Amino acid sequence: MFDYTYLPAPNLIPQLIEMMIKIIFIFTLNIGFFAPILGYVERKQSALMQDRIGANRADIFGYTLGGLFHIMSDAIKLIVKEDFIPRGADKVLHTFAPFAAVVPTLLAFAVIPFGGKYNLWGHETNLVIADLDVGILFVFAAGSLATYGSVIAGWSSNNNWSLLGAVRVASQMLSYEVAMGLTLVGVFMVYHTLSLTEIAAGQEEFFHWGIFLQPVGFFLFIACALAENKRVPFDTPEAESELVAGYFTEYSGLKFAMFWMAEFLEIVTIAAILVGVFFGAWHIPFLSDDSLLNFLAGIFGLNFGSLFTMLVHTGVFWLKVAMFIGFLMLIRWSLPRFRYDQVMKLGWKIILPLSLANIVVTGIILLMVN
Amino acid sequence: MLNQYIPVLFMIVAAAGTATGMIILTTLLGPKKEFSDKMEPFECGVSPVSDPASRFSLSFYVIAMLFIVFDIEAVFLFPWAVIYTKLGVFGLVEMMVFVLVLVVGLAYVWKKGALEWE
Repeated sequence: MFDYTYLPAPNLIPQLIEMMIKIIFIFTLNIGFFAPILGYVERKQSALMQDRIGANRADIFGYTLGGLFHIMSDAIKLIVKEDFIPRGADKVLHTFAPFAAVVPTLLAFAVIPFGGKYNLWGHETNLVIADLDVGILFVFAAGSLATYGSVIAGWSSNNNWSLLGAVRVASQMLSYEVAMGLTLVGVFMVYHTLSLTEIAAGQEEFFHWGIFLQPVGFFLFIACALAENKRVPFDTPEAESELVAGYFTEYSGLKFAMFWMAEFLEIVTIAAILVGVFFGAWHIPFLSDDSLLNFLAGIFGLNFGSLFTMLVHTGVFWLKVAMFIGFLMLIRWSLPRFRYDQVMKLGWKIILPLSLANIVVTGIILLMVN
Repeated sequence: MLNQYIPVLFMIVAAAGTATGMIILTTLLGPKKEFSDKMEPFECGVSPVSDPASRFSLSFYVIAMLFIVFDIEAVFLFPWAVIYTKLGVFGLVEMMVFVLVLVVGLAYVWKKGALEWE
């Protein structure tokens, strides 16, 4: 925890440096790695599932690297494209909308722990940017702010399709936000905390993972998270066969790329929360943190031992996240789109009552166990 | 302890900086060729026949109102959930009464057809 008040001044500098390193790490990983790679993975995966060869044309001196150069060509293309604002659109809001869509998705990562606490050469480090007591509520708050980006985009474009998309996105995201909050209440009851670091730390034993203690909550949460992410099967706000591209129909160039980036970063965030809350975060099944630390410290000494423990834990966390991203992207090409009334019906008539029932059942079971 | 939020402040600055940078980049780079037909909002190839700023279905407003009611319910449940095991039977019964009142509300809007879409 960052308790700057009671620290002597010399400790402030290492703390600040540590924080900067973590922020730069998360930004590099998200913007520099996940956002471009997921764009490529989505294209390649769709090609694979539809039996096409897919993105494989961009080349440098004849080498295509299986289409990996498309990442570069896409980026260059998006940067040098014309920035188009249609006649009658609100120029200020039209420009502000992608900003409002991207910033909250980047912010949500501040509270997600990607490793435990380690003592490196006498410096206590905690692998989360901001260890907030309210943890998951911060993610929800950032998620609700992201609604503004989509709604403003649709509203300011002066386009019928965009406006329809904006209206749909507003009511869909509001509906599922309620349900999403309620699906995780069971998790808070089991781990007695809202802080993501403490929830993650409480899952050291394999059978204490959230998936075993809150199986119903897991399935309800993944449905709500997909709906908040506005991806298939919940992509009515941007349904390309009905609304052209929904709320971002009138966007081009980097502004379009920002909506696209926000969507992919939301997938990464959802995967990270799923791993952190339901799949044991950085913990390795049947191998406790301490025994790994003792094992590595026995070979490399205490300092390098904890450094390698940290690297192993971080690696395990991102590996799990990558697996969940793969799963979430697989859904996109596996399921058809819901009709709009079905989306609302699922949210209000099925997920909301089920998550309330989940809370009651969890409460009764917890009372009986205690 | 507001000190926890100092890293969040740095995150906001970094995220806003990235987003602003991208917007400035796309505004400065790239060609700018404006002519009348191109600047029309896209509507499948024809000039827009209707003004987007028209009325839309009342159901969307109802959803927004329901959201406020149920989201505040969820906010009340969070602190309760954290200290639930300390509250014991009393906490369970108390919150069940609260949830029941809201379930009655949900049943009412359901019955009234506010969740139906045509």
